[in-house]
Amino acid sequence: MLDSNKDSLKLEAMKRIVAMMARGKNASDLFPAVVKNVACKNIEVKKLVYVYLVRYAEEQQDLALLSISTFQRGLKDPNQLIRASALRVLSSIRVTIIIPIMMLAIKDAASDMSPYVRKTAAHAIPKLYSLDPEQKEPLIEVIEKLLADKTTLVAGSVVMAFEGVCPERIDLIHKNYRKLCNLLIDVEEWGQVVIINMLTRYARTQFLNPNANEVLLEEGEEKEFYGSDEEEGKEEKVEKKKPYVMDPDHRLLLRNTKPLLQSRNAAVVMAVAQLYFHLAPKAEVGVTAKALVRLLRSHSEVQFVVLQNVATMSIKRKGMFETYLKSFYIRSTDPTQIKVLKLEVLTNLATETSISIILREFQTYIKSMDKDFVAATIQAIGRCATNIGEVRDTCLNGLVQLLSNRDELVVAESVVVIKKLLQMQPEQHSDIIKHMAKLIENIQVPMARASILWLIGEYCEHVPKIAPDVLRKMAKSFTSEEDIVKLQILNLAAKLYLTNSKQTKLLTQYVLNLAKYDQNYDIRDRARFIRQLIVPTDKGGALSKYAKKLFLALKPAPILESPFKDRDHFQLGSLSHLLNVKAGGYQELPDWPETAPDPSVRNVEVMDAVETVLDPVLAFRQVPEWTKSSSREKRKEKKKVEKPFYSDSEDESRLTESADSDSNTGSGSESSSATEESDSGSKSEDSGGESESEQQEKPNRKADKSSRAQRVTQETGDSERSSGEERRTAKKTTEPRSESESEEEGKESSSESSESESESETESKEESEPDTEAKRNAKKKAITPRAPDKPREEKQEVSLLDLDDFDLNPSPRVNPVNSFMSSSLVADLEGLSLTHSALPPPTISPTFSSLKTYELLHRLTGEGLAVGYCFGRQPFVRDPHMVTVQIQFTNHMDTEARNLRVREPRLQSGMRIKEFPEIEVLPPGETVTTVMGIDFCDSTQAANFQLCTHTRKFCVSIQPPVGELMAPVFMLENEFKKEQGQLMGMNEIKETLVLGEACQSDYAIVQRVTAAANVGQVPCGSDQEYSSTPPPCSPLVSRFAGKTMTSNSLVLVTVITKRDRTAQLTVNCEKMVIGTMLVKDILHALSQ
Amino acid sequence: MIHSLFLVNSSGDIFLEKHWKSVVSRSVCDYFFEAQERASEPENVPPVIPTPHHYLISVLRHRIYFVAVIQSEVPPLFVIEFLHRVVDTFQDYFGVCTEAAIKDNVVVVYELLEEMLDNGFPLATESNILKELIKPPTILRTVVNTITGSTNVGEQLPTGQLSVVPWRRTGVKYTNNEAYFDVVEEIDAIIDKSGSTITAEIQGVIDACVKLSGMPDLTLSFMNPRLLDDVSFHPCVRFKRWEAERILSFIPPDGNFRLLSYHVSSQNLVAIPVYVKHNITFREGSSQGRFELTLGPKQTMGKAVESVLVSSQLPRGVLNVNLNPSQGTYTFDPVTKLLSWDVGKINPQKLPSLKGSMSLQAGASKPDENPTINIQFKIQQMAISGLKVNRLDMYGEKYKPFKGIKYMTKAGKFQVRT
Repeated sequence: MLDSNKDSLKLEAMKRIVAMMARGKNASDLFPAVVKNVACKNIEVKKLVYVYLVRYAEEQQDLALLSISTFQRGLKDPNQLIRASALRVLSSIRVTIIIPIMMLAIKDAASDMSPYVRKTAAHAIPKLYSLDPEQKEPLIEVIEKLLADKTTLVAGSVVMAFEGVCPERIDLIHKNYRKLCNLLIDVEEWGQVVIINMLTRYARTQFLNPNANEVLLEEGEEKEFYGSDEEEGKEEKVEKKKPYVMDPDHRLLLRNTKPLLQSRNAAVVMAVAQLYFHLAPKAEVGVTAKALVRLLRSHSEVQFVVLQNVATMSIKRKGMFETYLKSFYIRSTDPTQIKVLKLEVLTNLATETSISIILREFQTYIKSMDKDFVAATIQAIGRCATNIGEVRDTCLNGLVQLLSNRDELVVAESVVVIKKLLQMQPEQHSDIIKHMAKLIENIQVPMARASILWLIGEYCEHVPKIAPDVLRKMAKSFTSEEDIVKLQILNLAAKLYLTNSKQTKLLTQYVLNLAKYDQNYDIRDRARFIRQLIVPTDKGGALSKYAKKLFLALKPAPILESPFKDRDHFQLGSLSHLLNVKAGGYQELPDWPETAPDPSVRNVEVMDAVETVLDPVLAFRQVPEWTKSSSREKRKEKKKVEKPFYSDSEDESRLTESADSDSNTGSGSESSSATEESDSGSKSEDSGGESESEQQEKPNRKADKSSRAQRVTQETGDSERSSGEERRTAKKTTEPRSESESEEEGKESSSESSESESESETESKEESEPDTEAKRNAKKKAITPRAPDKPREEKQEVSLLDLDDFDLNPSPRVNPVNSFMSSSLVADLEGLSLTHSALPPPTISPTFSSLKTYELLHRLTGEGLAVGYCFGRQPFVRDPHMVTVQIQFTNHMDTEARNLRVREPRLQSGMRIKEFPEIEVLPPGETVTTVMGIDFCDSTQAANFQLCTHTRKFCVSIQPPVGELMAPVFMLENEFKKEQGQLMGMNEIKETLVLGEACQSDYAIVQRVTAAANVGQVPCGSDQEYSSTPPPCSPLVSRFAGKTMTSNSLVLVTVITKRDRTAQLTVNCEKMVIGTMLVKDILHALSQ
Repeated sequence: MIHSLFLVNSSGDIFLEKHWKSVVSRSVCDYFFEAQERASEPENVPPVIPTPHHYLISVLRHRIYFVAVIQSEVPPLFVIEFLHRVVDTFQDYFGVCTEAAIKDNVVVVYELLEEMLDNGFPLATESNILKELIKPPTILRTVVNTITGSTNVGEQLPTGQLSVVPWRRTGVKYTNNEAYFDVVEEIDAIIDKSGSTITAEIQGVIDACVKLSGMPDLTLSFMNPRLLDDVSFHPCVRFKRWEAERILSFIPPDGNFRLLSYHVSSQNLVAIPVYVKHNITFREGSSQGRFELTLGPKQTMGKAVESVLVSSQLPRGVLNVNLNPSQGTYTFDPVTKLLSWDVGKINPQKLPSLKGSMSLQAGASKPDENPTINIQFKIQQMAISGLKVNRLDMYGEKYKPFKGIKYMTKAGKFQVRT
């Protein structure tokens, strides 16, 4: 039929063949006939032929080669789906001869345009690897390439391939770590599982244990769970007294996996749960409990696996599931294995408070029809009793009652458990032992009988009368007992002989004689051994003296513990964990490292020198380091108000010099890096915002460049000191220049430029620079990619030390400038700007420009287009009611983006948007800044709109902080007071606060307030003296005024500082909502 | 990951096998059969069985064991979840998932399995994509196919797999555009002897049947979203929107799907809609036992409790029962000792009851355990948690859809201990 011309006949034939395969019959004889049809036009026939081929090609290698050319043709097909399916079949055919072809095909496909084909390529990698492990190296290259892929489609499959081929090459993940974390939520569910499991392992090697410090605070009980070597590590850590700060990347992982707990796929939920269990700080693990409990509603197989894991988790983190205790109650319809596991969990969860409920629950379980389950319950009761001392007696009594149960299994199980319990405190329970001795006649289960005999023997002094009697009975039935019982009879006899030889001598002899001729050699051995030991003979004797000690030694009470106790050394959710045996291919979960490996390896930006300024992760990562140094500077600032700026510029200029000298004499690599830097420097200038003037930019850039250059110097091993002389002179020459520049600027300034100028004088250091500087820092990092973390930190330290040096020995020429520039200048300049702006339009240009950039579109979601925005704080030219928003586009794609424009704004009623002019072309790597106006209607509602390129649309939203919804207003103090008087009552909000460490001076307060809100300071004139209510201890009063953009309602802010660092904040505003929000923001700013 | 799949029926025959990597001999299933023999009940077969070279992971559904063979470490839930997904797909395609249905459609099954796994790693598991690749068999299509010789395999290529909304087919067209949502809640409860509730929880799902043309973007809002304590979504739901506004916003898949499943926390008081009065006693010495059972509605907000079915596993010592139901019929299986009583609708004026005697094995002592009573019921037009859908809006398409919502409350695992 296969040779027929008709497709329908072929199809019929193929269907029959497939049916044969399905039944497991061998259909390989038909191979030649089937292979011929591989080029068939009919899709279904083709598919079935593929199915057949994949199954039998391994057996018929030569014939299978006939089909290869068809697939090779398929690989070149313009349709991506055909390419993909050809690759899929080709790689599934297990024929060793075509390995090179496969390799080529995979390599081609890995750089295919279509992500779907790339995904298939990723799938093909483990196939090829299993066929020929020698291809590992080239395959790893392909994996590395595919790992860098940015589409969600590929991510899951390539990580799968990674796990299959080279799970030990953790270094491949570094650069893709953040991308994987960010993409995770959009990856298909199966991929998510694989990625999460891989990232768990990764994180274990890269981050510090978040619970390290807590561990030591806990009692010894908890300690036992940790290996001793691990603990040592922790102790060391605590000695260092280093507060634990979670790596931002670590946090990123936790944050991005959390929503996946909501997945419908149980495997994903479990994967997240194990990730949290292994990685999260203790306090956060609890979030997974709810989701895990939800899984218990699922199919019984899922329940089984989940319960296994919950059992392990509940040992270590008891509190996690306590609230869900009732969800683990057992239903009579549950399969036995589920019941037993639930019982396990309940036992683990038992605490002093919940034990009574749990025991009541257990009581009903004991009546169950399922005897295996009853036995498990009894054991559980035993464990509860050992774990919680308070209920031991209750449990024991309950168990003793069970001894009268009709079911033998139940009785036997209780006996065994009672025996274990009694061992803990035998003195008080001789009556129970007596009771059990009576029971021995009825109980037939050998284990139970043996337990009773052991108990009697062990505690024969508590029951001196009964014990010999029991022995007598047992001796009678000795021959018919099970082996295990016989051994215990021997034991009992021996013990009794030692304690009470008068009564039992004969009995013992009798029993030993019986045992001597037993069939079981164990028993014969034991009998011989005991006889030698206890019966005094003339020869032996050395040991018999110690016989009593040997037999009647105090035995330690057994610890009843959970079989799940130590399972957590396997990664939860894994097969190995479930079986408690290492499964093939299981990757050990590494211990936490004692010190974190270099986090900078994860900086993605190594590849392209011109990298995003707006990458939030990066900026975020950089912040801590920067704040360290800047806070230092701020502290200094308190001592000498303006000095840091200058001393720093000294530093910078000095560095400029050293850099210059270096690049002149330095090696090629240095100069190349220098050019690169200047390159990026000019870029950052572009992005620096339009308001900033050239003059201002230059020194910054220089500083930037130079500090980088300094790094280069150090790397190459040049000693800094050698050029010390040069630096001195350089400092002297450059210092006056920058100073004069700024002075000139200050004098020539119009109201427009006064803003930028005041910026350059006062804030450029503290505020605007940190931002841009931080970003630049990020860039620096990118440029020196593999620079290990430690040395870099040192470097920073060195530069700071230098800074100190210069502070201590300021050159004589600097000093006067400093004194001149300090407080008086600020006031002067402010006055200057005020006089300029005190003209008809009451709006003054803001005294403060926050260049805090917010992210509008992340580079990854924007597929290479990064967009950020900041509030420019200038009045929007075309509409006075609009807030100016500066938008900055950076193109990270390798193609140019065209027609950037705003579309379909979806706004709250009343909001308006003045769009920016369409940007026609944005070449790759370029950054462009534009301005748009938004009328937010005095609300902090976000403005939503679509940002379009020529190919894609992105939904974005801009949400303004409340402080940006206003513009500064100039008014005098009496005006202010008058207005304030009209805005009393409901419109006034008062708060007292404690000023933060860094904002004690009234200058700092002005800074903070103007940073938090776009308001202008009200000049405090001499009229303060005659203010109607002079505050008692002459506190400082700062007043600020502004008006809301849309409704022009006044916003008045008053900060009254008292001596004891407290301050009172008053906001008067007609719009109460704005008022309250503003209070919150300013409070936050001031109390930091 | 997954090497091979064997389908085993309840009598222990392998009736289908499929291999994704090199062939694993079916003799590996012997380990599974061993475990099956050891287990007293079919559900008690452990889901994971280690063998010297492989691991067997199995799920039992519709009395068929789906046994997956794996060779190396893989999260067991991953495999279990996948196997369940396979079963769901079969059910979706063939209406039922029985041995006969699978055998009849063995070619479709093979094609499906081929698409769902590639080299043991899941490839396409969305039923919408699969349906585009392989059309489900219908009677009409089988007839047409035999006449015209056309095939089940879709002509067009699976574009859905490439799109950003992989769960939705492109180019969907309907003449009647309709969207139906069923809010179904199940009560899980354990009631103790005295009638007080030991534990009660509500699990709910919203199943949707959406037949809308084009690419509709739907939003569904609730009157009281706070009730939902723990939720899990179909991947189409935009999670961020839910987080921020408690609104379900999604582009729906085509056809039937489960939009949401949720859990109403046990902290909220759960209204138990029925109560049971029972008196089951065995007297020592006599071979008779008394059995009395009365059902009644409570807290149902005036809605009728329907399709009530009571079942109970009586102790082994019970030989037979002689009962008298006031309504409905009862059956007792003397072998499995399963008593089931089909009550039907509960009439609040005349409460249904089942009274009579049980005959015990002569001479045997009285059974020391009391049976538990499992109850099933349905209440239409009510969601017991009080959840209410506020409104459903559609964006992105011009036409006006027909919208419908239905509420139902069911008993989940509802047990009364006696």
